[in-house]
Amino acid sequence: MTTSVPDPSLKHQRREHALMLALVSPALLVILALIVLPVGWLAWQSIYHDGFTLENYRRVFTEDVYWRSFALTFEISLAVTVIALLLGYPVAYLANSVPKGWSILILSLVVLPFWTSVLVRAYAWLALLQRTGVINQFLRYLDVISEPLALVHNTFGTVVATVHILLPFMVLPLYATMQKIPGDLMQAGASLGASPSLTFMRVFLPLSLPGVLAGCTMVFVLCLGFYITPELLGGGRTVMVSMLVSRNVELYNQFGAASAVAVVLLLSVLAIFFVVSRFISLDRVLGQK
Amino acid sequence: MNTKRNFEMGCALLGALALGGTAANAAEQITFVSQGGAYQQAQTVAILDPSAKKLGITINQDSIPDAWPAIKTQVGSGKPIWDVVDTPTGNCLRGGEQGLIEKLDFSKIPNGAAMPEAYRSPYSVSYEFYSSVLAYSQKTFPKDAPNSWADFWDVKKFPGRRALRNHPFATLEAALMADGVAPDKLYPLDVDRAFRKLEEIKPHITVWWTSGAQSAQLLNDGEVDMEMAWNGRVSAVAKEGAKVSFTYNQGILQSTSLCILKGAPNLETAVKFLNEAVDPVHQANLPLHIDYGPGNPKAFETNVIKPERAAQLPSEPANASKQALMSYAWWSSPAGEAAEKRWASFMQK
Repeated sequence: MTTSVPDPSLKHQRREHALMLALVSPALLVILALIVLPVGWLAWQSIYHDGFTLENYRRVFTEDVYWRSFALTFEISLAVTVIALLLGYPVAYLANSVPKGWSILILSLVVLPFWTSVLVRAYAWLALLQRTGVINQFLRYLDVISEPLALVHNTFGTVVATVHILLPFMVLPLYATMQKIPGDLMQAGASLGASPSLTFMRVFLPLSLPGVLAGCTMVFVLCLGFYITPELLGGGRTVMVSMLVSRNVELYNQFGAASAVAVVLLLSVLAIFFVVSRFISLDRVLGQK
Repeated sequence: MNTKRNFEMGCALLGALALGGTAANAAEQITFVSQGGAYQQAQTVAILDPSAKKLGITINQDSIPDAWPAIKTQVGSGKPIWDVVDTPTGNCLRGGEQGLIEKLDFSKIPNGAAMPEAYRSPYSVSYEFYSSVLAYSQKTFPKDAPNSWADFWDVKKFPGRRALRNHPFATLEAALMADGVAPDKLYPLDVDRAFRKLEEIKPHITVWWTSGAQSAQLLNDGEVDMEMAWNGRVSAVAKEGAKVSFTYNQGILQSTSLCILKGAPNLETAVKFLNEAVDPVHQANLPLHIDYGPGNPKAFETNVIKPERAAQLPSEPANASKQALMSYAWWSSPAGEAAEKRWASFMQK
């Protein structure tokens, strides 16, 4: 191939790029029309109401109500993330180390709850956890307890149900990362005389950390915006940020007061993504690579 | 049902477009909006269809669970589509103050003008009543059931799990009645006193419910032994066989009202309809189809509602006299709004 002739592969590549752009443009338009514009419009409302105003933000940053809800929301999200990691890591590890057929079964069990709505699952937890629920009745039958335990209508019930809903977002990135760890490395470790637990600690665990970070970020960020679960299982005491958003629409009769809360939440999510992206590539968090 | 209506409405709109200039000759019509479900169906049979027939107009229906944001956007856009809305009375008052709702000329609404003053406002007339009542499990309290908010607050005499609504409406009123304020002396609410009294009962509240369905579930499953709930929800649970009951004593009577959007496309017909909708006979028909009381107390003088049925209804005069009538004017005043804002911080502590 001589240099004077245009590289046909380059031309081909450009055509492919144009084609790709054409293919994704409907999706981009949908995202623009249904997500970017409305969110932008809402953000605009938070600073503009008969003239520019920072009143909505002054409120968010000065009133105790907001501060407490943000603190509670971050606490719950942290608790959910830690529990999901502790539960999800062994599951992903198991799915990664058993033969293909078994791993498909395990992963289907993890994904199965996705097929029922969040609402149905919240009610199912209610049936399990409430005073007259399955767990309390069983424990009383066994005479383990004399008075029913307060398992729901509080933060505990909220955390339990939220972990259940978000667990797949932890297991799947973990599994994807573990899949890419070459099995030879464990054997190499073993051949050098390391015990299985040492190989795990020194080789497998460090290599799976990107998956841990990815799963934790997904779960944490999704949990920040949870609404239905705390609303139904929190007993009214668990006032998360998303509930303040809906409360503010009612209370102030204008969207700005609510969207200011949403904007602050959105910015904290973006800040988290920014910090995480300093450590690993965002593609990885979103499960692309 | 609703899609069919929307389809019909679409056809009606298309028809109106096609007719163009001759539309003025066509039958008068309005668009009426309520909250959908069994409630709107009951109205259709009891009030809307008979009114349409009597006035010779077409009533197009739409439904929305919470009309407030839509009222704001429609009137804000300058071209509202709706005419008459059935919405919690507070929305009508707020809307009136913010220029979103038409001021009513009661000389054109004789049925409304004949209603007691507490049942109407410059912007609205009461359409139906429900009540926030003290409900309890008959399993826990086969006799000597709690019968007042003071009983509800008395955790020694009436042990058991309790629930209240996660909202200041009616809850603050109940707290004040528990503290000894008479039902007819509540307003303006002593907000500090109400919250102080609520702090007292707070450790004993298992659930602060947010939806009517949730309050019904709590009572039905025996998750709580007593709670504040809407009368229709309790009677629905009782009808399904659960051993639950309630008292109207010290209940808080609440209402939805009819009001007309500012700049409504069919203002004159809307006013005519509004008058017809609160006609005592139509109003008396409503409780034959659903557990809500008529907004017009004259309905009880029509003999349409049998005495035993009337005795079950929240707005029946004898029942109403045991209850507090919620003042929406107070709740939409600055003091009321401040109390509403205070609620969230009360819940978090």
